[in-house]
Amino acid sequence: MAVIDIANPTRFLALVNRLLPWLTAATLLLFAVGLSQAMHAPDDYQQGATVKIMFLHVPAAWLGMFGWGLMSIAALGTLVWRHPLADVAGKAAAPIGAAFTFICLITGSLWGRPTWGTYWVWDARLTSVLVLFLLYLGVLALYWTAEDPGRGARAAAVLSLVGAVNLPIIKFSVEWWNTLHQGSSIFRMGGPTIDPSILRPLIVMAVAFTLLFVTLHLAAMRNEILRRRVRAMRLMQAQALAEAT
Amino acid sequence: MNLGPHADFIIAAYAVTAFVIAMLVAWVVLDYSAQRRILGDLEERGVTRRSRRPARDQR
Repeated sequence: MAVIDIANPTRFLALVNRLLPWLTAATLLLFAVGLSQAMHAPDDYQQGATVKIMFLHVPAAWLGMFGWGLMSIAALGTLVWRHPLADVAGKAAAPIGAAFTFICLITGSLWGRPTWGTYWVWDARLTSVLVLFLLYLGVLALYWTAEDPGRGARAAAVLSLVGAVNLPIIKFSVEWWNTLHQGSSIFRMGGPTIDPSILRPLIVMAVAFTLLFVTLHLAAMRNEILRRRVRAMRLMQAQALAEAT
Repeated sequence: MNLGPHADFIIAAYAVTAFVIAMLVAWVVLDYSAQRRILGDLEERGVTRRSRRPARDQR
């Protein structure tokens, strides 16, 4: 099957139906390995056992940003090429990205209380991630409340592209401003500063979370394609009824 | 496994994450079965997509 064939919704559905069982199994397996490694990882010399929250917080933060990046690419597909699958991809990614950003905010808050002494502080990193979450809610509102799905999709695509400005702000906020949040410790010049005994489970958990995101996204895209078929069939049914009377 | 003096925070973080992921999975699974059921009902009533109709029926 050529890559271009996947752009056809029917072929895409067939591919998703074949992939989903494998992706689900791989996700479950990686979570089993990752959680086992995370539970047996040594305590941090400063933070103690609370470092275990990092195995949830960091992957959730990455995927919150990844979700918006995906929506921005999909927005280009919606606005420039007007491909229906691009809109399907954007719409399916929004609630999943919002959920991961929510996990990032809550776990960060629960990690902050014992390590910083506060659940929340209005610094650049935390505030920009909160803005990302609010942007997700904005996109969801556009998708769910627009009377005309096409207009809602275009408005959501524009907001997705505009909101992409927030991604580098989140990434570099810890370098551009003085924040309570620690600086980059994995993707940095000179390599990660985390000990391998903690880095290894973090990477396994990050891959597990990413597979979970991909699995949920493909399943949500499948649902959205089916929803559009239902809508098209109901419209045809209504049209046939109108012609008959 | 000893989670130390901040065990409540660690357990709460894992519980919230598990709950949100469970909600996401439930949403995807229930939505899929709902869409399949509605599509089945429509097809039973004879409503078919344009691409499924014979060429002579398409206007």
